[in-house]
Amino acid sequence: MDEVKGRIHSLETFGSVDGPGVRFVIFLQGCMMRCAYCHNVDTWGRETDNVKTADELLGQAERYRSYWGSDGGITVSGGEALLQMDFLLELFRKAKARGIGTCIDTAGQPFTREEPFFSKFRELMENTDLLLVDIKHIDPVQHRKLTGWGNENILDMLRLLSDMGKPVWIRQVLVPGITDDDGYLRQTRAFIETLSNVQRIEILPYHALGIYKWEKLGIPYTLGDTESPAPERVANAERILRGERA
Amino acid sequence: MRMAQTERVFAMREEWRGFKGNKWTDEVNVREFIQKNYEPYEGDESFLAGPTEATDKLWGRLQELQKEERARGGVLECETEVVSGLTAYGPGYIDESMKDLEKVVGIQTDKPLKRAFMPYGGIKMAEEAAETYGYKVNEKFHKIFTEYHKTHNAAVFDAYTPEMKAARHSHIVTGLPDTYGRGRIVGDYRRVALYGIDFLMEEKKKDFSFCGDGTMTDDIIRQREEIAEQIRALQGMKAMASSYGYDISGPAKNAKEAVQWLYFGYLAAIKTQNGAAMSVGRISTFLDIYISRDLKEGTLTEAEAQELIDHLVLKFRMVKFARIPSYNQLFSGDPVWATLEVAGIGMDGRSMVTRNDYRFLHTLENMGPSPEPNLTVLYSSRLPESFKQYAAKISVNTSSVQYENDDVMKPVWGDDYSICCCVSATQTGKEMQFFGARANLAKCLLYAINGGRDEKFFDKNGNHMQVGPEYAPITSEYLDYGEVMHKYDLMLDWLAGLYVNILNLIQYMHDKYYYEAAEMALIDTDVRRTFATGIAGFSHVVDSLSAIKYAKVKTVRDASGLVTDYQIEGDFPRYGNDDERADEIAVWLLKEFMNKIRKHHTYRNSEPTTSILTITSNVVYGKATGALPDGREAYAPFAPGANPAYGAEKNGLLASLNSVAKLPYEYALDGISNTQTINPGALGHSAEERKVNLARVLDGYFDQGAHHLNVNVFGVEKLKDAMEHPEKPEYANFTIRVSGYAVKFIDLTREQQLDVIARNAHERM
Repeated sequence: MDEVKGRIHSLETFGSVDGPGVRFVIFLQGCMMRCAYCHNVDTWGRETDNVKTADELLGQAERYRSYWGSDGGITVSGGEALLQMDFLLELFRKAKARGIGTCIDTAGQPFTREEPFFSKFRELMENTDLLLVDIKHIDPVQHRKLTGWGNENILDMLRLLSDMGKPVWIRQVLVPGITDDDGYLRQTRAFIETLSNVQRIEILPYHALGIYKWEKLGIPYTLGDTESPAPERVANAERILRGERA
Repeated sequence: MRMAQTERVFAMREEWRGFKGNKWTDEVNVREFIQKNYEPYEGDESFLAGPTEATDKLWGRLQELQKEERARGGVLECETEVVSGLTAYGPGYIDESMKDLEKVVGIQTDKPLKRAFMPYGGIKMAEEAAETYGYKVNEKFHKIFTEYHKTHNAAVFDAYTPEMKAARHSHIVTGLPDTYGRGRIVGDYRRVALYGIDFLMEEKKKDFSFCGDGTMTDDIIRQREEIAEQIRALQGMKAMASSYGYDISGPAKNAKEAVQWLYFGYLAAIKTQNGAAMSVGRISTFLDIYISRDLKEGTLTEAEAQELIDHLVLKFRMVKFARIPSYNQLFSGDPVWATLEVAGIGMDGRSMVTRNDYRFLHTLENMGPSPEPNLTVLYSSRLPESFKQYAAKISVNTSSVQYENDDVMKPVWGDDYSICCCVSATQTGKEMQFFGARANLAKCLLYAINGGRDEKFFDKNGNHMQVGPEYAPITSEYLDYGEVMHKYDLMLDWLAGLYVNILNLIQYMHDKYYYEAAEMALIDTDVRRTFATGIAGFSHVVDSLSAIKYAKVKTVRDASGLVTDYQIEGDFPRYGNDDERADEIAVWLLKEFMNKIRKHHTYRNSEPTTSILTITSNVVYGKATGALPDGREAYAPFAPGANPAYGAEKNGLLASLNSVAKLPYEYALDGISNTQTINPGALGHSAEERKVNLARVLDGYFDQGAHHLNVNVFGVEKLKDAMEHPEKPEYANFTIRVSGYAVKFIDLTREQQLDVIARNAHERM
């Protein structure tokens, strides 16, 4: 059988905000979500000529081992990492054999308890140290409006991970007028409180630096006038999501 | 017992009370003194003290003066009547009304930031420098230094060959110290504090009496004259100090005196030489020994200790020289490379980090960021974790620190070396360096293709100037890798030979007409000399050769048949992506050039070295160099130092660092400079993450044997805003690291500001 290959969008040798420590970040090609604020629209499509085997990628990643310290490693991001399940399984199994820390940055959209996905997901978790899970929006209707998909399966994935005791970092992009609403933020907090595996909660302030990619691809950008949130609003969102008192 | 013999405390001079060791007391051996007496510090920065009221006042005054200096076009005042020298002036202060606040005294002239008149390097340059800023040097000096006393510059031009002048004109060799002082000699200023002048003078007199057996060869005559000059300089230092009310004939008695004595040694250097780089050296651990003794004796508090270091650093922030415009284009932002080292690991494996290393870095917090002194951390992943994190924190906040790999330098230079310019190591008090600027290897590649004819400069008949040897040019439409390599090999041979000989001539004349007596008086008489060559255009040559090898490069010729442009068909690997195909060309190029340099005789049997280090001269070099086969447009800036070309890095910061780390330091003992700018957001979300991640980057890079890293942490937006609004108060001290030194961003020319902005800041979204 041919070795399964990953469809790669790009590589970043110096990832410092994609999990603990310094990490080699593999951005996979392909995502089903159509987030209005996406800053990597060029990762949406599935097709690419840039394909690599797990060993090729790990060989490349290990060139940066001297920078990783005790907690660095690799992070697979996207696109949507979970769309390339078979490749991910192989990559992480081999990474663990080499003693490399593994992290997935996902929005959870492909998650389902249906087979064959579910068994593979559980197997993947055996070789995964940490997941960075993006909650795009806590409200199912708003989530669908923002991304084109509901969030029920995503919240379900988080519950499963909590049951498994798998560490996660929760992240949310703070978009003025969309996620920057105290009511929704409190709702998200209420959900987080039902989980027992959350190690860290991060607010990522919205920025418009990815717009040029939309323009390049000729896709209309609907958040044209939206500005980055003010630092006070970021602090406010952090406070609410982390359950800290004002 | 043997232990008792080596560890016993000598009943020695009162100034040395409590100090251990037995070798340094009989003869000059500062290293032994340090190793026997310093106490490594493993703790964190919590002991540090803030600025005293006196520090705030003096720094406030100096900032006012700096503002005035900028308002006057970059120079506050130029001397026109007095030739600089050790005792040319009486005492001077930052502010006469505040002179009692200065814990460390002494300035170059009679007024702060006033630039001295230093004609020995070249009278024309000294006059031009003053005239540029609206000052007219007294005419009598013109007569004196043309009719009665020759200068270094005049002597060099007497001896240059036509070929040398042509190479200089076309900028295939550039930045030569033939119009300015060669600098880069670090006196061991600690000796003044530890021994006092009288002991040092006695030692030099001893050396004088042992110099030669009476047979007067050139070498002996020259050395006898030099020692005599050194002894005279030591006498001058005493007189200079006494004008400030200090008697430095004996050793320093306490920390305050140690700082002051040491500074007088350095002041002697900067009153007598205007070398490009006037470095301070490795003084931090040494001074900690005095400070620790005073703290233990209860005669000094931590606040007072910090104040001493702050005031010493204030003085290093004030060093100024009068420069001509063409010099400023080479080395922009008025740098003096008052380079000063902290940290490192001793030969015995103990960390040399002391509390004082924290104090020096802390000056950037107490008095804000500053380009000078050029603070350099001698880095090893085995330095105490808390110190690494503190240094990283200071880097993130100020972008004013550079890092050099102690693990690669120590095997070559021991554990008492200093950095004598931007990045070049030199054994403190044991060595001096013949600084020799750099050869333009990118232009050399064009000469290989065009048979030694210059692509930019024309002769008086309007033909492309024949600068290199008239070898057969390449005539094919597409460049063939084998043919280009063969011709490049021949042209590099020519360039290496010419370059070394130009430098031999310059160094000879510098010794003869502008000898550094004050600095050399604080260095062993039996001095080891290095001969520092350098490379410019490095990454462009690598990428050009890679393009010729892996893509197709078509030549575009002008009417005369000379190749003036290149068209690249297809893709090719570029240096800066951790791609072996390009990086192996980089390693080859460095080794090849160094081996070619080594073939030639070097002046005073000095040891040849090379550097991949351009300072800000990458802009000037680029301006003189036509289009290259890597796609770089004609006259565009080169990438600085060993940096990959702009836009070449496609795989992020660490891939770029890995490429540079492959260059073998053993072949570039004068240094491999790398400057990287990281957006704060790409380094981590919080201040804590940023400092931890930066320390990781440094560990990973240096553990691979890399030599140097300049770290800037800011976004491009800040640079653009500072360029458009230099008047905003927050930019007055906005400091950035460029190749091997730091500058205030607003002091760069607009061209260089644009160049800095154009460089690929490592930023991810």
